[in-house]
Amino acid sequence: MIKIKNLSHIYNIPRRDPIIALKEINLEIERGEFLTIIGSNGSGKSTLARHINGLLLPTSGDVWVKGMNTKDRECLWKIRQEVGMVFQNPDNQIVATTVEDDIAFGLENMGIDRENMLERVNWALQVVGLEEYRRFEPHLLSGGQKQRVAIAGVIAMHPSFLILDEPTAMLDPRGRKEVIEVIKKLNQEEGITVIFITHLMEEVIESNRVVVLNKGEIALNGKPKDIFLKVDALRSFALDIPQITELAFRLNHKGLKNISPSTLKVEEMVEQLCLYV
Amino acid sequence: MNIFRNISFGQYIPGNSLIHNFDPRVKILGCLLIIINLFLISQFWGFLILGVMVWSGIIISKIHPRFVFRGLRTIIYLILFTMLLHLFMTEGEVIFRIWIFKITKEGLINGLFIASRLFILILTTSLLTLTTSPISLTDGIERLLSYFKFIKLPAHEIAMMMTIALRFIPTLLEETEKIMKAQISRGADFESGNIVNRTKNLIPILVPLFVNAFRRADELAIAMEAKGYRGGEGRTHYRELQIHRKDILFFTIITALAIIVGILF
Ligand SMILES: Nc1ncnc2c1ncn2[C@@H]1O[C@H](COP(=O)(O)OP(=O)(O)OP(=O)(O)O)[C@@H](O)[C@H]1O
Ligand SMILES: [Mg+2]
Repeated sequence: MIKIKNLSHIYNIPRRDPIIALKEINLEIERGEFLTIIGSNGSGKSTLARHINGLLLPTSGDVWVKGMNTKDRECLWKIRQEVGMVFQNPDNQIVATTVEDDIAFGLENMGIDRENMLERVNWALQVVGLEEYRRFEPHLLSGGQKQRVAIAGVIAMHPSFLILDEPTAMLDPRGRKEVIEVIKKLNQEEGITVIFITHLMEEVIESNRVVVLNKGEIALNGKPKDIFLKVDALRSFALDIPQITELAFRLNHKGLKNISPSTLKVEEMVEQLCLYV
Repeated sequence: MNIFRNISFGQYIPGNSLIHNFDPRVKILGCLLIIINLFLISQFWGFLILGVMVWSGIIISKIHPRFVFRGLRTIIYLILFTMLLHLFMTEGEVIFRIWIFKITKEGLINGLFIASRLFILILTTSLLTLTTSPISLTDGIERLLSYFKFIKLPAHEIAMMMTIALRFIPTLLEETEKIMKAQISRGADFESGNIVNRTKNLIPILVPLFVNAFRRADELAIAMEAKGYRGGEGRTHYRELQIHRKDILFFTIITALAIIVGILF
């Protein structure tokens, strides 16, 4: 479990005004959840993510991971193993010159013995579906494949939590789909708690819970369906609503009361429209 | 236009010969022994024996001599130049004279020796890099350097730097190409004009490339830290290196030959 209490973070830049990136954040994340954190550019998503594995330390407030405070230097390496992190640019997080060597990188850091390491690398390759690519050099892979390598390198360390900071932002639609599929599988089949960061409302659909960040504060926190109902609020946070939801919202307002304004998928919409035919 | 497609990095040619399968540490040390020897000996027979040794290595490795000579091509002018310098600049017993130039016996011998030295040196290092993948080369260097931990040699750091360089060379080349294409589509011209102009035209490529490289370095450092990287201490290795009997045998033979050649010649 992750517990964030009264977390504030201020970036101090010499000879400029300090930037308040996070203000009094309170958040609890349960085991097995698929949580999406959404917010527009500069809303503090990455800053929040980096507090959870101790890459950044709070200006004030506390973050606990499984009861360990990130301020406690003794626990730092244990926390980094428990909280895996995948970043936006797949090119800039792959360290080694082949896929399998890169997946082993985190395990080497942990000091795992070789036999165990081989087993975990094989498992991670299989989970992300890249078994045939184990000897490939990273620059020969597509964006989606590279991002799956990055995910494999993190899950090989057997973390309880996986934070993904806009992992799909640099991918084409196909790569995006591949990555989302893998993340869903990790959450449902491997029981890894997922914290998914995005600025696209479409990507919220798969999650159990959504936290909306706005100017460093938690603006909304709830189930995707409920969040989508707050169309005006979302717009004011500079977030785009998926077209299909927007359509449902307008139809509902025009008097088609059988159409739920929080319709998220095209199939759902089709079913509801069929009732009127 | 694919500017960088035909540049090959590392010259490694995969294979399954005896030489390919020796432990990289043994290969690197063997290479070093031969090179040290090259600079110790001063008799014709010494060069002949070392040359034959290295050439047999190339034959055993089943690598086409074409690849070996490709490595030589870039350096051949340097070899010729140093040879000529020695030929004309050494004082001694004159055996030949054209106009103001004179060739001495000592000059002739020195020139030939220097040329053979460089020639065999290139053959030896080519044999090493042609038969050893960059990864095992890096691994080998790391393990060898780690024997010098007692003088605080940062073995792991050096190896990590080599790995990251190898990993990012293709990425940076791809990026260079992308930037060049973007500039060309805006009317930049990299192919005509004098050398000053051409160099000037490179600036709009180099600036974004460097800026991006620093950003990459920053992000990579954060990603490494997030995966619990904290230097070489307590780190285990995914790739294991094992010394087999054939490695010991190979190393013994090379050492023995090197000592004999060194003493005799
Ligand atoms: N290293 C830093 N130094 C100074 N200010 C920073 C730094 N990192 C972020 N900020 C500032 O803190 C605020 C929040 O940034 P953050 O990166 O957390 O936002 P984000 O929601 O991740 O945005 P994006 O969608 O662009 O990734 C921004 O105003 C940003 O300019
Ligand atoms: Mg961000």
